[in-house]
Amino acid sequence: MRESSPLVVAVTGLNAIDSPGPGVAVIRAIREAFPQQVRIIGLSYETLEPGIYLHNVVDKTYQIPYPAAGAEALKNRLAYIHQQENISVIIPNFDAELYNFIKIAPALHAMGIQTFLPTFEQFDARDKINLFQFGQRYGLMVPKDKVIYSVHDLPLCAEELGYPLVVKGKFYDAVVAHTLEQAQKAFYKLSAKWGFPIIVQQFITGTEINIAVLGDGNGKMISAIPMRKLYITDKGKAWAGITLEDEKLIDLANTFVSATQWKGGCELEIMRTADGQPFIMEVNPRFPAWIYLTAAAGQNQPGSLVKLALGETVDPFTEYAVGKIFIRYSWDHITDVSEFQQISAYGEL
Amino acid sequence: MMIKKNVATSDSGFIFNPATGDSFSANPMAAEIISLLKQGDSSASIKKIILEKYEVESGQLEKDWDDFMLQLRDANLIES
Repeated sequence: MRESSPLVVAVTGLNAIDSPGPGVAVIRAIREAFPQQVRIIGLSYETLEPGIYLHNVVDKTYQIPYPAAGAEALKNRLAYIHQQENISVIIPNFDAELYNFIKIAPALHAMGIQTFLPTFEQFDARDKINLFQFGQRYGLMVPKDKVIYSVHDLPLCAEELGYPLVVKGKFYDAVVAHTLEQAQKAFYKLSAKWGFPIIVQQFITGTEINIAVLGDGNGKMISAIPMRKLYITDKGKAWAGITLEDEKLIDLANTFVSATQWKGGCELEIMRTADGQPFIMEVNPRFPAWIYLTAAAGQNQPGSLVKLALGETVDPFTEYAVGKIFIRYSWDHITDVSEFQQISAYGEL
Repeated sequence: MMIKKNVATSDSGFIFNPATGDSFSANPMAAEIISLLKQGDSSASIKKIILEKYEVESGQLEKDWDDFMLQLRDANLIES
């Protein structure tokens, strides 16, 4: 089928700041999975997302409305882009946009655009707000937490969870607080940025490990690659990491996928304590920014997701290279104001 | 005393634990001992080799040996 019509994949998350979006890494993996057969459409929110200007990465970019504009606005914009580009598959890569994409997935399907996304139930179950109950339900180790809406609830949280504790935003960001004053400051900062509620979580010390996972939606795990963060930024992001060999981590990912019937890509954020207990700190419902490491290690998760979205059968991977390291770097890409003007004025480049 | 099976070592003294992602640099003496442990040699036979090969008192060797084993255990490189 792909010989007659090119594979057109649309991808969001083209930003690359100190907490980079996964888009460019997803595209890199897809290009590797489908060499010379794929056209990549970037979907951007802001005019300075670097992926927009990387023409060897993204063939054409269209701006799309912010999630706050609602699902209908997104659907209409994508319908227009589809008319121009005949999109085969869309891969959204931001937590905040997923709700709208899941909502319009049937409409996209009717247009001929495939997605491979978790269901609303799966999406909500792993939400930070529900994570503790989620862990209890499936017998997974998750730190205790409290979901709060008022700064006055912090003393009670501290009484139950002790210091230090972790104050987390609804979508992103987390602050470790050692005192009530620090917790209050974090509460105001994170609620102003991400809204309510705020999650206050028990602090767990250990080694930070992330697992990139791909589930087929029927309880089968297609791939799991565990990565230990070797270099961590002040935002807690991995700037370098290494693939690990640990059956316990693979088993944990398997348990997660079979229990939730997870459909699509996700990232399990793990804290492994000194006695080897893996606590699930968060479940991100999309590929992580380091996802290209899965391709480098022999399990190309974005490429496999595209195949699954197209209805192809993908056998679970059984092996990967242990000791593969990614080291992120920054690069000053040079462009011209005419390109900036093009995307700013017309929403296309 | 067994070095974990999946721990990778090289002639240069580089040690990599694939389960944790930790890596270490061993000096030539430590690398030699780890290599012998990986081959399955017993502590007694390795100590005998060291005593024959190097100028070291057995009391000093015992002390250094215990210290080194503690380091290996701390580094999570030994089977529990």
